[in-house]
Amino acid sequence: MSQLVIKDLHISIGEKSIVKGFNLTIKPGEVHAVMGPNGTGKSTLAKAIAGHPDYTITGGDVLLDGKSVLAMEPDERARTGLFLAFQYPSEIPGVSIANFLRAAVQARMAEGEELDATGYYKRLYAKMDLLKIDRKFTSRAVNDGFSGGEKKRCEILQMAMLEPKIALMDETDSGLDIDALRIVAEGVNSIRAAANPPGILLITHYQRLLDYIVPDFVHVMYAGRIVKSGDKSLALELEAKGYDWVKKEFAAATA
Amino acid sequence: MKPPTEIETAVAAENNPVAGIDQTKGDFQYKVDYAFDAGTGLNEDTVRYISTVKKEEPWLLDFRLKALKTFLDKPMPTHWATKDLENINFDKIRYYLSQGQKPKRTWDEVPDDIKKTFERLGIPEQERKFLAGVEAQFDSEAAYSNIKEIVAKQGVIFCNSTEGLREHPEIFRKFFGKVIPTGDNKFSALNSAVFSGGSFIYVPPGVKVAQPLQAYFRINAENFGQFERTLIIADEGAEVVYMEGCTAPKFSTSTLHSAVVELVALKGAKIQYITVQNWANNVFNLVTKRGVAHEEAEIKWIDCNIGSRLTMKYPGVVLKGRKARGEVISIALANDGQHQDTGAKMIHAADETTSNIVAKSISVGQGRSTYRGVVHIPKHLKGCKNNTECDALLINTNSRTDTYPAITVRGDRNSVQHEASVSKVSEEQIFYMQQRGLTEGQAMSLSVNGFINDLARQFPMEYSVELKRLIDLEMEGSVG
Repeated sequence: MSQLVIKDLHISIGEKSIVKGFNLTIKPGEVHAVMGPNGTGKSTLAKAIAGHPDYTITGGDVLLDGKSVLAMEPDERARTGLFLAFQYPSEIPGVSIANFLRAAVQARMAEGEELDATGYYKRLYAKMDLLKIDRKFTSRAVNDGFSGGEKKRCEILQMAMLEPKIALMDETDSGLDIDALRIVAEGVNSIRAAANPPGILLITHYQRLLDYIVPDFVHVMYAGRIVKSGDKSLALELEAKGYDWVKKEFAAATA
Repeated sequence: MKPPTEIETAVAAENNPVAGIDQTKGDFQYKVDYAFDAGTGLNEDTVRYISTVKKEEPWLLDFRLKALKTFLDKPMPTHWATKDLENINFDKIRYYLSQGQKPKRTWDEVPDDIKKTFERLGIPEQERKFLAGVEAQFDSEAAYSNIKEIVAKQGVIFCNSTEGLREHPEIFRKFFGKVIPTGDNKFSALNSAVFSGGSFIYVPPGVKVAQPLQAYFRINAENFGQFERTLIIADEGAEVVYMEGCTAPKFSTSTLHSAVVELVALKGAKIQYITVQNWANNVFNLVTKRGVAHEEAEIKWIDCNIGSRLTMKYPGVVLKGRKARGEVISIALANDGQHQDTGAKMIHAADETTSNIVAKSISVGQGRSTYRGVVHIPKHLKGCKNNTECDALLINTNSRTDTYPAITVRGDRNSVQHEASVSKVSEEQIFYMQQRGLTEGQAMSLSVNGFINDLARQFPMEYSVELKRLIDLEMEGSVG
């Protein structure tokens, strides 16, 4: 069974320790929301798990299907089934979404195996229909000149096409107006409803996103680790009380 | 000397560790029976030898000898160009080699080892089919030709320059050396002294050649410099597309390639000249390419330079007639130890002439790319336009790019536009692509292919495929 186990993970940037003992297990189809104030290590967690070179894992482990991914290159982690939906996706001028995805799909095939172009486009169009994306979209260069909403839709489309085991979604709601947010959320929900849905780690600063993507679990992250876990009602409580409530509790607990 | 035995050929193949088509970079050689060999070094005897072997008329020998003198008299252009030019040892170069064969007519008649060479060059299947319509040069002489007969039905002359001189002197002589005079530069003089091979094309008035005419060139002997001479004339209202592709085997000592290509587009004619080259990285590639566009004529150079130790090439168009148009689309990729010094020249010499230059360069590792451009619009002209865009992409922090645009526009009745940009493949972009499952090398390749995509689309299909493959190969070794 495909599950992601994050065990006592410690991450630093240079000398600075950011994530300090993060534990979480994500099972297939589960949506775990990780909330918390800015600078608490949420994005660091997602990027480090994906293998971003700026981050150093100083302790703990990340296991996908029981195997540690930490020794793997970022691309190997991706091919194993880890997907990161970026907060700020990069632009790739001159490379169309269709060609980029094709390269990504090809990269997952055995050496010497050729991609069947007809089958690929059939699948791509099916996913686009599922996500209600216009056919013209994939002939545009990846994220080049995209609006915030288009960039996030592009991420969701890639996620749908690459069918990861685990998706880490980093601040998917940032920079989106309410209409764009709804569209993106619908996309994620349709991926959740499809066969073999991935386990999702949903990183967000605001409760707002969780009105549209209803999580199975909500975790509050502060000072580099989870300080409180609960169901979706925790998000509402957090919304009502604000992060100061968490900070105070944390201060009291560590005093 | 005997031709290579089957075993020798097999051993040569065995010794080449990169047997897969995608792995080949022209990194091999086959034994060739050099029936005619002018030896190494350059003096009057070399020139006389070449002229005798080619059974040339006296005027041509005179032309060659004068060119030799010009070559010897002219200094190296190292006051502006790289000092690396001084490392060319002219005494160690072979100036003439011929297999002593006549051009072949059908694919079946082409010797197996030559076919094998084409195969090793990694020419895709559809392109091998294309070769059925190719004027291919094996060393100094064209080894294969059959499209000639097809286009001959339209009155088009398509042959090698030797044949052109011999059989069509009245046309050849009229245009030969007129666009690029012997003394244009030191290397055009060298070519004029020792040239052999290259194509001669004449398209009669109003004839539009449907299929691109194509030639492959490669160097296949140690220290052997290749000095092909190409002359293309499109008569009034005629249209022709010419494509050349170059790959060369790797050698331990430097080789020299110094071609001269002259294009003449008469009134209303259109010539497109497409080059995709991939020289081994010990080759000095010093080429002079220029066209003259008469009234309402159009000349377009599409030029892609990959490989070589040093390439110096600035395709130019002299816009001689009213409303003539000139265009240079250029892609250069400089890898470790390579210097691509490329650009364009647009000489406006009539009213309402327009020119367009789009140059993109990629510097990988310690590679260096230089853009050098000349746009000249004199004061007395009106309604002339030039657009120049040069974009440079740096892959690594120690890559280098320089831009030297020289734009001279006089008078106030002309317009000119110049844009330049330098960008670097960012770590974030590579990480993003890796996160989708692409290796670092694949990510680099895709990024570079994206950078040149708008230009690559202007190449014919099979060339853009080859171009992509060449870039993939170049980028493979650029990471790690």
